[in-house]
Amino acid sequence: MNVESESVLEIKHLSVSVGDREILRGIDLNIRIGETHVLFGPNGSGKTTLLMAIIGSPKYQVTQGSIIFKGRNIVGLPIDERARLGIGMSLQRPPVIRGVKTRDIVAACVREQAKEEYITRLAERANLADFLDRDVNYGFSGGEIKRSELLQLLAQDPELALLDEPESGVDLENIALIGQLINELLHKEHPMRQRKHAGLIITHTGHILDYVNARTGYVLLDGRLICEGDPREILETIKSKGYRECWKCAG
Amino acid sequence: MRRLNPERTAKDKAAAAASKPAAFGEDIDLDQYIHDSDESPYQAEPSQLPAETKRQMLQVGVTFDDPSQRSGTIVQIDHSTIHSLSTQQGIEVMSTRQALEEYDWLSDYLWKAVAVDVDKYAAHVELGQSNGYFIRALPGSKSIYPVQACLYLSKARLAQKVHNIIIAEEGSELHIITGCTTALKGEPGLHIGVSEFYIKRGAVVSFTMIHSWAPEVAVRPRTGIIIEEEGVFLSNYVIMRPVQSLQMYPVARCVGANAAVRFNSIIAASPSSNMDVGSKVLLNAKGARTEIITRAITTGGNIIARGYIEGNVPDVKGHLECRGLILGDKGMIYAIPELKGTLAGVDLSHEAAVGKIAEEEIEYLMMRGLTREEATATIVRGFLRVDIEGLPAELNLELQRAIEMSEKDLM
Repeated sequence: MNVESESVLEIKHLSVSVGDREILRGIDLNIRIGETHVLFGPNGSGKTTLLMAIIGSPKYQVTQGSIIFKGRNIVGLPIDERARLGIGMSLQRPPVIRGVKTRDIVAACVREQAKEEYITRLAERANLADFLDRDVNYGFSGGEIKRSELLQLLAQDPELALLDEPESGVDLENIALIGQLINELLHKEHPMRQRKHAGLIITHTGHILDYVNARTGYVLLDGRLICEGDPREILETIKSKGYRECWKCAG
Repeated sequence: MRRLNPERTAKDKAAAAASKPAAFGEDIDLDQYIHDSDESPYQAEPSQLPAETKRQMLQVGVTFDDPSQRSGTIVQIDHSTIHSLSTQQGIEVMSTRQALEEYDWLSDYLWKAVAVDVDKYAAHVELGQSNGYFIRALPGSKSIYPVQACLYLSKARLAQKVHNIIIAEEGSELHIITGCTTALKGEPGLHIGVSEFYIKRGAVVSFTMIHSWAPEVAVRPRTGIIIEEEGVFLSNYVIMRPVQSLQMYPVARCVGANAAVRFNSIIAASPSSNMDVGSKVLLNAKGARTEIITRAITTGGNIIARGYIEGNVPDVKGHLECRGLILGDKGMIYAIPELKGTLAGVDLSHEAAVGKIAEEEIEYLMMRGLTREEATATIVRGFLRVDIEGLPAELNLELQRAIEMSEKDLM
């Protein structure tokens, strides 16, 4: 095994449009097995678009480039096939589905015949045992929604987790638990070389970096990745100087 | 005591209304149907019925395998009551014909909750051959298990006419499951069912009705419910199989303080089904309250989903909720929620939504690995899952089972 393990996700020259509007332009990005990367950027810069394009939501049209997951170009595959290949995504604002219980959706994530006790145990870890028999996302607080998303991903156990602002709307008390769940999801308890899971996390505030270590950070501005580097350094710059500094970089 | 100037009899009124069309629904030519049927023999053991008949009855919640789960059974084929039995003290179950012979006083209950001259369908139940069931819970009697009633249409071209009387005496609790189905395949038939409910002071009645007809069968139920003080009436109605034409609009009148009514309806129309279904509640006593909840799905048929709540005294509360789901490119759902308040102090509200499944919901489930078809089925199953309060757990389970059985055909 090389020091650098193999790529789980390789994005090459990716351009993505929604309707007639081009949102992402020529994105290049490479995530290796076991790594966690974070994506910074102001509102409307295209962060969610990038995640949606990776998971394959049809509204987000790839107009150029490729998305290679575990060596295979997945552009054109439907969402569910990508999910079954090992990509999972937590949404920033997931929909409420009336009548569909959290338990049903967690059981579906496990795929094979899910044992009741297993689901209950997972839910207890996310402090959501009382939510299993409630309609999914219905009347959930901000923190409950995020934990429910992570509970579903833990059940799904994807090799690549795409997390869209997992800490937004979460109070301080809950953010540590969110961090802990993300670390479980990304196998952070294992040494780097043994980790099989990778993650790409969108963060607006960077709070999550207090709990989850990440290897690489990016800044996305106006649909282009303009910076790649140490996530804490990037965060410090954004905190002290705002995205103005990034615009300078972008020229 | 006979009055010197008796009012016009029910027969007179019915005769005058014999060709009066209904307020809603396609007008059905009654002359194209046969109005009388031969008597079928009594069955002491309904479990001996033909397997296919039993299977159809089971689909609408009528079972003969485990009598311990029922507090009574009555089965009517065409116009013959082929079996009736009460297995619980305090509950009477018999045919309407027999009940009228046994109880002189019963005539006082005829055509009081439903007007005999409301339209020609009700009128013909009075004028022609008919039967039906009489179910009565004696004062204070409480049953956990439901009485099951089956109305079965077997003769081609028959207009099956039914007149049911249900009385829950003071402080009683009564659960009824009614399954209506038919043996007809490719032949026309008509079912006219008059049901009159009398919920006395403090009584609780749940009435779960499952319909499973056929594409050539027309159905015209006529239902009235009178609820006295502190009485509760809980109706659950499910129709998920094809029907040529269905029109019903049960009317519940809350006449006693704090009377409560809840109508839950689950309606699914496959192509060529026409359904005009609604519930009407008149809140005529202080503290009366109601909730009307409808879930309608079309896979190509037409549904008119009506709801009407009227508040005529202060401190009444009513809510109407109708959600319609259009699956596919054909079919129609027309939701007509109506509220009428005649003075300050009534609290009436409604919400209605008709549309297709949100793509966002399908994609969300697909992100969890479900195929598009699995995601759609999961959402539809959730849509049809109405949490029903006040129904015994067993009955609730049976209802969910009946819905799930039909879901497969629907999808």
